[in-house]
Amino acid sequence: MYQYDSYDQAMVDARVAEFRDQTRRRIEGTLSEDKFRPLRLQNGLYLQLHAYMLRVAVPYGTLSGAQMRMLGDIADKYDRGYGHFTTRQNIQYNWIKLEDAPDILADLATVEMHAIQTSGNCIRNISSDQYAGAAADEVVDPRPYAELLRQWSSFHPEFLALPRKFKIAVIASATDRAAMRLHDIGLRMVKNDAGEIGAEFYVGGGMGRTPMIAPLINAFVPVDQLITYSEACLRVYNRYGRRDNKYKARIKILVHELGLDEYRRQVEEEFAHLQTLAIEPPLAELERIKGFFADPAWETGLSDEIDLSNADFARWVAANTVAHKAPGYAIVNISLKPIDKNGKAGIPGDATADQIRIMADLGREFSLDELRVTHAQNIVLAHVKKADLFALWQRLVEADLATANLDQITDIIACPGLDYCSLANARSIPVAQKIAERFAAPAKADAIGELKLKISGCINACGHHHAGHIGILGVDRKGTENYQLLLGGCEGADTSLGTITGPGFDENGIVDAVEKATNVYLANKEGEERFLDTYRRIGMAPFKEAIYG
Amino acid sequence: MKIVTGNDLKTGEVTWWTGSEWSTNVNDAADVGADAATVIATEEAARRVVAAYAIDATSENGAVRPAHIKDRIRALGPTVRLDLSLDPSATPDQVL
Repeated sequence: MYQYDSYDQAMVDARVAEFRDQTRRRIEGTLSEDKFRPLRLQNGLYLQLHAYMLRVAVPYGTLSGAQMRMLGDIADKYDRGYGHFTTRQNIQYNWIKLEDAPDILADLATVEMHAIQTSGNCIRNISSDQYAGAAADEVVDPRPYAELLRQWSSFHPEFLALPRKFKIAVIASATDRAAMRLHDIGLRMVKNDAGEIGAEFYVGGGMGRTPMIAPLINAFVPVDQLITYSEACLRVYNRYGRRDNKYKARIKILVHELGLDEYRRQVEEEFAHLQTLAIEPPLAELERIKGFFADPAWETGLSDEIDLSNADFARWVAANTVAHKAPGYAIVNISLKPIDKNGKAGIPGDATADQIRIMADLGREFSLDELRVTHAQNIVLAHVKKADLFALWQRLVEADLATANLDQITDIIACPGLDYCSLANARSIPVAQKIAERFAAPAKADAIGELKLKISGCINACGHHHAGHIGILGVDRKGTENYQLLLGGCEGADTSLGTITGPGFDENGIVDAVEKATNVYLANKEGEERFLDTYRRIGMAPFKEAIYG
Repeated sequence: MKIVTGNDLKTGEVTWWTGSEWSTNVNDAADVGADAATVIATEEAARRVVAAYAIDATSENGAVRPAHIKDRIRALGPTVRLDLSLDPSATPDQVL
């Protein structure tokens, strides 16, 4: 994985010192809250419902064991013993003291981490495929390109005060595991007929109150023009994005209002201009970065056989492991959507300090000292020998981290909701827990199979409800929590946006409505259809009839 | 009644104006009547609180209940982690 050079480290260390001084001045009174607020937000420090919340960046979701261990130590030392992994592949701490924040950033800097650009109207942490470098279906490892974009976008003086926040995802597979087309810019690395690597550019996607699927604006941008083309996309947005209206300020609105052809024309015009300025970093820099992501020397002669005589282990292998590109290896997903032996569900994305440290140890012992955070709020060990799976699983069982439910109805994405978030209108977590508990029996969840359920506590859609096969949106109805049900969303290669079924429900009613929807699916599924496939084939009507009839 | 809440500047803790100081217990909150703006301006200027605002609430038998669910959750803590709240014996129903 990427390692800081002296420039990276100096930049992060300087930012820590700067923020330490800003915090001191705020506490002493020489800096007002109005002036301090944008400064703390630039360092990922929000003021949330109960306390300050710190969001730490995990670039493209990749972590070393030492970094993961530090995240656990911070949870213990400065927070209340746990952290929350987010849909941006980051981690958030919910109970931070302002006076501790500079020390936390200093601790993070010792392991090449920071919270820079995890808030504010700038280019946020760049997300990617959690199986990068391990997936059999990828054209190239997308992370070197994500890292190049990270370096370009970090402290980019022109893009630190955009009309609104800006999110970029980079993938390199036909299968989209990063909700790429629901980003402001999505890049898919591809190979052209000549065997050259380049990127498809999708611009103007997003969720929030106006969900849009990003259209393709350029089918092949060569790798030696990636930064220049990205800069052109951003420049047009920065120039014409709607600063007059926060709710119309995202690039998706600009692309929509200009029209795809006109936006593309302006980008091409700007791109031609930028090419005369030669802003593209030398390819040698990309090659240097690629060196950090080179394939390890895979052990050869490993067996693909796995002893599945233990039924619980066999179910976990079937649910939570994925094919690896190297023979004898597997990709392991650690579910952070636990369901205990009594059928009680945990909080999606939360992990205790001990669990975080245990995962760090497991990453070191079983996965080449590397871990990934997924946008579905799970953790991945990308390079595990199949011969080690049973030993790994036993360790996960001991740590209450072995729930076998990847991509099932109990593997729910949920934002923090009204339990933690000052923007939320309704609680998300209790609804996720009630649904998970309704479907806790493995046989029940297995019968339903793949069903991605996503819950947001407000229209900002941090819980990706638009992209859920089943989505739930919490709203405030005259001071009472109310939950709308959506069906048919999808974040993958066949991205689609969910449709609201009709009137909303209370907390218990939405759980019943979800079960009715799954019953319609089970009654109508043909062959190997997933819930989404059946919904797309039979349409909304049978579901509405069952839910409201 | 009108009460004033905010967060402690240094710790971020949720606090409630008692009439003379800040308390983490909502039941200590005082009715500020029409003085909310003055309290907020004075206390924020003194850096004892940040992001202060006034809300409607009711009081019965010494228990102060904010009118909106968001403030009732602020007063208690996350309903999904009541072990971390001011009253670990509370139930989520108390804030709903």
